[in-house]
Amino acid sequence: MIEILSYPFMQRALMAALLTGLIAPAIGTYVVQRRLSLLGDGLGHVALAGVGLALLTGTAPIPVAVAACVAGALVVEILRQRGRATGDVGLAVLFYGGLAAGVFLSGISGVGAGGLAQYLFGSLTTVTGSDLTLISVLTLVILVTTLGLAPQLYAVSTDEEFARTQGLRVRLYHIAVVSLAAVTVALAMRTVGLLLVSALMVIPVAAARNLVRGFTAALICAIGIGVATAVAGAAASFYVNAAPGAFIVLLAIGVFMLSWPVSYLLRRRYAAAVLPELVDDDELLAPHMITENHPHRHAPGCGHPAVQHRDHTDFIHEGHRHAAHADHYDEH
Amino acid sequence: MLIEAHTVLAARDLTVERAGLPVLRSVSITVRAGEAVALMGGNGSGKSTLVRALLGLLPHRSGDLRLFGSPLHEFRDWSRIGYVPQRSPALLGGSKVKEVVAQGRLAHRQLFRPLSGVDREAVRKAVAGVGLSDQLNADIARLSGGQQQRVLVARALAGEPDLLVLDEPTSGVDLEHQEVLAEVLAELLAGGTSVLVVLHEAGALGRLIDRAVVLSDGRVLHDGPLGDLGQHRRAFGGHQHHDHGQRADDDHGESADTLLGGAIEP
Repeated sequence: MIEILSYPFMQRALMAALLTGLIAPAIGTYVVQRRLSLLGDGLGHVALAGVGLALLTGTAPIPVAVAACVAGALVVEILRQRGRATGDVGLAVLFYGGLAAGVFLSGISGVGAGGLAQYLFGSLTTVTGSDLTLISVLTLVILVTTLGLAPQLYAVSTDEEFARTQGLRVRLYHIAVVSLAAVTVALAMRTVGLLLVSALMVIPVAAARNLVRGFTAALICAIGIGVATAVAGAAASFYVNAAPGAFIVLLAIGVFMLSWPVSYLLRRRYAAAVLPELVDDDELLAPHMITENHPHRHAPGCGHPAVQHRDHTDFIHEGHRHAAHADHYDEH
Repeated sequence: MLIEAHTVLAARDLTVERAGLPVLRSVSITVRAGEAVALMGGNGSGKSTLVRALLGLLPHRSGDLRLFGSPLHEFRDWSRIGYVPQRSPALLGGSKVKEVVAQGRLAHRQLFRPLSGVDREAVRKAVAGVGLSDQLNADIARLSGGQQQRVLVARALAGEPDLLVLDEPTSGVDLEHQEVLAEVLAELLAGGTSVLVVLHEAGALGRLIDRAVVLSDGRVLHDGPLGDLGQHRRAFGGHQHHDHGQRADDDHGESADTLLGGAIEP
């Protein structure tokens, strides 16, 4: 670990990875909450048009990509707000138009489509000092917005109508979220890459929701997972000499898969506590049914969820409700 | 004008169209300070549409709409309004109860400021008011339907509104939970809060209602005490009972009997 920090390009690359890991889940939380998980993927295609334009004009790719991506995001959001983007076709045209334009522009600039690979999957050696400055400034903007306006953005992305009755300017907040998502996508081209950045916006968020309860806790947890996987992935790619985007995303998916059994255990414990109350028909007495062949003895903490039933406790056992009765168990 | 000062909500000749069809036609409705008004009518009569138009969630084509004396487009004092929707995407999960309820403080809060002590206290009080204090940190998706409905009520109460607007808060909620809600509303009304509530049937809330506005096919059919509803029995499609015999509950509308829900003696 010390060794890779001695290379200036790796210092820049790890710093860029850290910042990307911070902002992608921060903005991704709201994007996922609005059920626009694949928005980042589409915007990555649009950013590619910006990269193509930058290659053609010989300028730095990140600023041009940021501009192209934000413009694309605004078009998508305005179409959506006017109810014109319902059929997805408009979005598809925009996204694939961006991809095609990127490939075309890089082709006539002489770089060729192969030269785009470093932008699609990230490339550690390409992070320049001015890239890092721009990424740092925009990271600050994104973090101040996503954390400082968290209560407003949370309300707008979970219950738009209620947010409006609180006097929030819902459209402006929506535009802010998609614009910042677009900036995030473009900034991530050096580390995760344009094709994989969407994964870093979505997967840490999904994993965090399995691990912790509540929106704020999930936001913080997602940022933690994002930073850890982005930095670890970037460092690992140095040793294996592979595109960092692949490592980062595979690591994030690994965390997500590990979060599943954890969430299962948490939920099982929690579910046992909130079983609905049992309601009986007072008029009719249930028939006496004895559970056949039941060696297990139920007791509090025996592993079977307990539920209060009138004056006794039933235990839920493989789809049956067992109640102790004399020397046997009854089916309730 | 004295009457204006005591009118918290006033709509005159409101017309709302959806997909080119008039859904509400020249609807006028007022809610005065401290008054409990029920908005009733059958499925498709326009109750929910009216409530949403009154709050500016749906555009209206024509008519005059005022909240606390201000025309809707100039109204900024949203902290005075508490809205309880029929359903909310906030119930889908991923949020703690206290996080959803804290949404109700947004009209009071400034940007880039964390929850203040006053906000926290209001959230705590609102949750306690609906009897869910022990669920503050629970995942909202894990609650029962009746409890979720109460969370939405608490969210509106957290803003300490002067006008509470509820869209069918009793639908799909058992009688016990309806009673809890009735007690909460009774206390608010005693404190001077105005209530506009969409009801499918009077049910447990019937005893609190000062006035019922009944919609039928997007028009106001009745505006007066709940007990006077009976005179509209025929207009409600009561005659269809006789025409169709067993098929009384067809889709032509609600009978007055259903709407009254036992609020008055037959």
